[in-house]
Amino acid sequence: MTKFIFNHRYLFLRRFVQVSIMFLYFGANAFGWTVLTGNLSSSLFLGIIPMSDPYAVLQMFGAGAIIAGDLLIGVLIVTLFYMSVGGRVFCSWVCPVNIITDFSNYLRRVLNMNQVEKKQPASRKIRYWVIALSLIISFILGVTAFEFISPISMVHRGLIFGLGFGWAAILVLFLFDLFVLKNGWCGYICPLGGFYSLIGKFSLIRVNHNADNCTACMKCKEICPEVQVLFMIDKSSEPILSGECTNCARCIEVCDDEALNFSIRKLKK
Amino acid sequence: MSNQKTKTKKEPISDRRKFLLNMARGVGLTALGGLVWSAHVDEVTASTLLLRPPGALDEEDFLKTCIKCGMCVEACPYDTLLLAKPGDNKPLGTPYFTPRDVPCYMCPDIPCVPVCPSGALNEKSVTTNDKLDINKSEMGVAVIDSENCIAYWGIQCDACYRACPILGEAISIEYTKNTRTGKHSLMIPVVHSNICTGCGLCERACVTEKAAIFVLPKEVALGKAGDYYIKGWDEKSERKIQSSYKDKDVTTTTEISKRSALDSLNDMGGLLDD
Repeated sequence: MTKFIFNHRYLFLRRFVQVSIMFLYFGANAFGWTVLTGNLSSSLFLGIIPMSDPYAVLQMFGAGAIIAGDLLIGVLIVTLFYMSVGGRVFCSWVCPVNIITDFSNYLRRVLNMNQVEKKQPASRKIRYWVIALSLIISFILGVTAFEFISPISMVHRGLIFGLGFGWAAILVLFLFDLFVLKNGWCGYICPLGGFYSLIGKFSLIRVNHNADNCTACMKCKEICPEVQVLFMIDKSSEPILSGECTNCARCIEVCDDEALNFSIRKLKK
Repeated sequence: MSNQKTKTKKEPISDRRKFLLNMARGVGLTALGGLVWSAHVDEVTASTLLLRPPGALDEEDFLKTCIKCGMCVEACPYDTLLLAKPGDNKPLGTPYFTPRDVPCYMCPDIPCVPVCPSGALNEKSVTTNDKLDINKSEMGVAVIDSENCIAYWGIQCDACYRACPILGEAISIEYTKNTRTGKHSLMIPVVHSNICTGCGLCERACVTEKAAIFVLPKEVALGKAGDYYIKGWDEKSERKIQSSYKDKDVTTTTEISKRSALDSLNDMGGLLDD
């Protein structure tokens, strides 16, 4: 039992963080708590610290809106935070959609669905195209394009303010990831994840690979939602520098050989 | 031509062609996705019959600027404001209210506006002399269906008038003769659109099965006379004429007006030539 907990220590921690954050937001609307008000698009921490989704604000900028000062401060705080801890820490430690898509991925593993279709018929670069497209559409239509279709906001807004038909969005993400594309939403399409990949390029906290300890069991590659970032496994000892790594730490947990661990990135190579 | 024929059919396509085809595929798929995406976004943001919180920018700017965080909704003490959910058929995630369910109670401290981080709810638009002033808000305007308003039938009802937070100013009661009975009066509620904030307390109070007085967004309910009308009885309006004449010589000279009126009228011209 203790071994089970130890082998899922980061997973439990992540779920705890994800659920707590959503619960604090929920409490703000339902019971009037003031710890964390708003939602993941923009919020106020402890009643003073503003935090705003930089990708949403980028779209607002594209749409031609006048960006208020509070929003800019919020964007700055969020951007600096994710720049230092890893952009896609948002994806694996905060975003509630991660719980849905991880569940799809879990089912894929237990049902051996990954054996049926080994190669994924899509490019990981789609998300960057979606970012470009969202900015173009925002500019042409004068509205924040992704924010009006974003299943991410449907989910977090739904959890806080009432779901409506948002359950359909949850189901669509779940089925898509389960039957169409492995890690399809988070790993291929989601422009918010793509945006945080770009921000997280320079993050200080990175997973480090020690090839000397590696026995090439490939458990890490099996569990990793962004498997392309693990190209160095069993080949060379180096940190995983790709911004697409979500710092979810699943690889660290499944590794029995101490070949993977968190490390502080050396600023000089 | 002859070169190509000598090659075997299984020869893989050149890198250049592969690159071009891949690029075309990327661009094509992007265009396809972009068109579907734009069509959808255009459709879901087209809803105009929507009441926004106090101080909201006009709808076009509001849709640009609102970040959909819901802080106005959380600040509202009456649970008036809601965020549009999927299935509500309203621009997703933006705040609105339905007065017949819960109207805006026009809090004097307007808690929903200062919390807005993006300025989609503009504090300045509801401020007079550095003090928040809810009476300045323009959420909409009340409209009366005179066929179904029972006051127009001759029944005495002033529910909307009594409910109005700007009593006697936004809605007044006008007395007219009841021509059906010949001896009673009609007490007709009249909305003054320049004062009405669109809070919807009247709609909430209306006694008919479906409210005969209801709030519509101003840009939907109101007409516009246009700038070219000058109100001769309004000094401000008159000044507009003078200022537009300021630098121009607007004296028109015609054949007749060249001379003084008297000369021109007394001139018999060729009439007496015979």
